[in-house]
Amino acid sequence: MKRSLRPLAATAVIFIIAYALAVLQFPNMLSTRVLGNFLTDNAFLGIAAVGMTFVIISGGIDLSVGAVIGFTGVLIAVLTTWLGIHPLVAFAIALGVAALFGAAMGFTIHYLQVPSFIVTLAGMFLARGGASIITQDSVPIKHEFYATLGDLMIRLPGGGRLSFIGMLMIVVFLGGALLAHRTKFGSYVYALGGNSVSASLMGVPVARTTVQIYMLSSTLAALAGIVFSLYTSAGYPLAAVGVELDAISAVVIGGTLLTGGYGFVLGTFVGVMLLGLVQTYIIFDGTLSSWWTKIVIGVLLFLFIVLQRVIFAASAPGEKSPEKV
Amino acid sequence: MRRLRLERLANPQLLALVGVLAINWLLFPSFFNVTWQDGRFFGSFIDVLNRGAPVAILAIGMTGVIATKGVDLSVGAIMAVCGAVAATMVVAGYPAPIAVIAALAVGLACGLWNGFLVAVLDIQPIVATLVLMVAGRGIAQLITEGSIVTFNDPSLIFVGTGSFLGFPMAAVIAVVLMVLVTLLVRRTAIGLFIQAIGVNRAAASLAGIHSRMLLMLVYALSGLCAAIAGVVVAADIRGADANNAGLWLELDAILAVVIGGTSLLGGRFSIPMAVLGALIIQAMNTGILVSGFPPEFNLVVKAGMIILILLLQSPYAALPFKRRPAASNKSASS
Repeated sequence: MKRSLRPLAATAVIFIIAYALAVLQFPNMLSTRVLGNFLTDNAFLGIAAVGMTFVIISGGIDLSVGAVIGFTGVLIAVLTTWLGIHPLVAFAIALGVAALFGAAMGFTIHYLQVPSFIVTLAGMFLARGGASIITQDSVPIKHEFYATLGDLMIRLPGGGRLSFIGMLMIVVFLGGALLAHRTKFGSYVYALGGNSVSASLMGVPVARTTVQIYMLSSTLAALAGIVFSLYTSAGYPLAAVGVELDAISAVVIGGTLLTGGYGFVLGTFVGVMLLGLVQTYIIFDGTLSSWWTKIVIGVLLFLFIVLQRVIFAASAPGEKSPEKV
Repeated sequence: MRRLRLERLANPQLLALVGVLAINWLLFPSFFNVTWQDGRFFGSFIDVLNRGAPVAILAIGMTGVIATKGVDLSVGAIMAVCGAVAATMVVAGYPAPIAVIAALAVGLACGLWNGFLVAVLDIQPIVATLVLMVAGRGIAQLITEGSIVTFNDPSLIFVGTGSFLGFPMAAVIAVVLMVLVTLLVRRTAIGLFIQAIGVNRAAASLAGIHSRMLLMLVYALSGLCAAIAGVVVAADIRGADANNAGLWLELDAILAVVIGGTSLLGGRFSIPMAVLGALIIQAMNTGILVSGFPPEFNLVVKAGMIILILLLQSPYAALPFKRRPAASNKSASS
């Protein structure tokens, strides 16, 4: 158990070192205000990344996450602003639609025996295209309920604020960790990612679990879409383009193996925070341009992938060797 | 079994292209009207050839990668990098041929990097190429310093907008590249080796195939094709746009390859069919545009198309009620 926690520890140590270095340069970064904003600014990414973690642990990938976030935002905006439906009802509708959407993808992946990559690619086109057909403009959301949720926060000592969406992200992460490590569903997911044939021979309900995994991912993406609409108070069909890549990066940096069968939900949390740290650092610095974010994330990804290879080669010879594709 | 399916799949692509073109013709009767003007052809159909060329060029390289059971997500980003290299060098005063050669060299280097990660470090292709996909656009912006670099060099612009025997240069480049690469893989044993790696890399290595070198070659080719596509796109708009050049084209290229009947599970592949796949996608895009539908329908139609192909390629299309072969397929895919 100790040995298997090494990648998680490595990520956490790297985050702490990176944060310490950033604080040495900009002492202001060590404040509850910055930490609170970390959580608020990355809430939607974090929630989507939890779903992605489950998908990746099961050996799949979900490219439709960003599109589902965009679609959910548009759907909620249209329902509340154009049709005058209460946001809570709109939220329920959006989550339901996304759950069905994810179930359809999981169904296709299992019963047509197609790589998840291509099915979720179709899902991405469908969700993005559907959102663009509903509207091509940004639809503002003006509702008292949104203002209420926006004001809902815990004031931290030192001027920091823990917003509602930040708290929601933490709750989702804790829920995700419980689901992964303390439930039957969680162990099914790990079993599927380890080896789907062995899993089905051992009695794991492969079909049901696959459908549930993609349902979970899409539902969490829709929740991320709700959070994103709370964050921006609008719905825009091109919102959150490319978030799936950030989510995948966060999951990989968090120590989850892309070959499946191994990973931590809480590692993803550290991964999301590390991505947030890179962005915050570049904003604090002021002289670095925004495109450095992408380069640094790419370099981080590379480092962590190589690190995983080294750790796995050193600690578990003959165990699940990353597949020769 | 495999040969039978290959023959069955050899025709649907052509039929699909004819079908899409026929629908376009019905929606927009002057679709096939081609006029001769200023020493070149003009018309919607010629436009399909011209606009489809970048994806077709990408698909040529992508076919090889997918045939080895890999995938190259970085081609769109490599396009942006290489377009940026060519544009900034021309603006800095270098002659166009040198700028193009430099851009192609950069593309080749990017491809070799991907190949190194996949072949030598044994990293999953999706992850290995994800690194460059994320970082590539940042690098491209670094080269262009965040702005859109525009240029007026006539010989570089010719690559994107010129014509050869009346046909758009981009389409000519795509066809020449397709013929060259097809000859390379079909007239030598390379194609067979690629298929062997795609079916079972360990077995191929045991049979004496230098799978590492071949994988490097395949990814290098994909990088080179991306570089060519990047130069063509930059020359077409007379500028390098680090943010939008080649954005999401990797997905179109993968789709083109899959439409072309190449299996995502490795093995069987066909480069001309992938180019045909790119033409089918472009014919749909152009059709939606000329018939007056909003371009947003594109994505939905594409999604519908993927689902249709999945249904046709699924084991259930061939073996309606047998479950066991389907289960063994799944293990090969994971």
